[in-house]
Amino acid sequence: MDGTVAPALDEGWTVAGRNFRSRLVVGTGKYKDLEETAAAIEASGAEMVTVAVRRVNLSDPKAPMLQDFVDPKKYTYLPNTAGCHTAKDAVRTLRLAREAGGWNLVKLEVLGPPPHLYPDMAATYEAAEALIKDGFEVMVYCSDDPIGAKRLEEMGCVAIMPLGAPIGSGLGVQNPAMISMLIEQAKVPLLVDAGVGTASDAAIAMELGCTAVLVNSAIAHAKDPIRMARAMKAAVEAGRHSFLAGRMPRRMGADPSSPLTGLIR
Amino acid sequence: MRPASLSQGATRTILEAMDDSLTLTVNGEPRGFPGPLTVASLLAAIGLDTRKVAVERNEEIVPRSRYAETALLSGDQLEIVHFIGGG
Repeated sequence: MDGTVAPALDEGWTVAGRNFRSRLVVGTGKYKDLEETAAAIEASGAEMVTVAVRRVNLSDPKAPMLQDFVDPKKYTYLPNTAGCHTAKDAVRTLRLAREAGGWNLVKLEVLGPPPHLYPDMAATYEAAEALIKDGFEVMVYCSDDPIGAKRLEEMGCVAIMPLGAPIGSGLGVQNPAMISMLIEQAKVPLLVDAGVGTASDAAIAMELGCTAVLVNSAIAHAKDPIRMARAMKAAVEAGRHSFLAGRMPRRMGADPSSPLTGLIR
Repeated sequence: MRPASLSQGATRTILEAMDDSLTLTVNGEPRGFPGPLTVASLLAAIGLDTRKVAVERNEEIVPRSRYAETALLSGDQLEIVHFIGGG
């Protein structure tokens, strides 16, 4: 032995039959431009990226497109339904996404109104049912409601993605106890999908034992998005190792780290 | 019923038969195009790469394999979308 310790390998994770090494999923929105988007995604080490579906700008048909900067052959595109407030709009949007990209794996989110943009669970069930029936593999954004999450899982959703805090709020994981309970009961991957504001928030989510974390605003709205992307990568890895390592028990008092025997007198 | 006058739609159809032009609503904007037109020729006229977009005609997806054979009619509502950055 040369004295070095072999790095403990992460086993990676699987959703809908696809394997991923990185436990960080990143959004592609809110960046300054497409060059910055591409650089931040590269730095994050993410293999799966969320994307939105929108009307083409007819007055500028030759404008650069996301695919020119973020190669769909290199990254798994996860089309979302951001901006959809009804099940019908969400289903319509993802049918277009499937035609545009040929992907069945999608992120369903049906949201209530601002200022909370909280998941509309009734509309989410309706959309999930229609999408699953239509052959989609649905990763679903949802509230931190164990009954609702179970129902979505039993309907056939391939991943459960509760919020840690409202979308874009950067408030961190506000509900660690509920997230832990959702993780405990989930038989499919569980991702914390919203609310991460900085690297330690992502580490906290991973330490709770979730499968992966989805981050967009915390990277895109950092002063230096590329550096924050690196920080998120490190935090997710640290959080995963920390979870696997198993934290020490908390105690209500001090416990000296140095032996009390052999002290000089 | 007023048999002496034509409905707006009928008038439009007759005028279009005469001058061969179409009025479509594309991404919410009414636009005129010289006819006849298919989805493929519409995308070419706008200047879009068919590999990067998806098209919905009157709320029905048009599969890419059928762009060339899907003829458009005046009054059609089209949505042409692509992927952009999102969370």
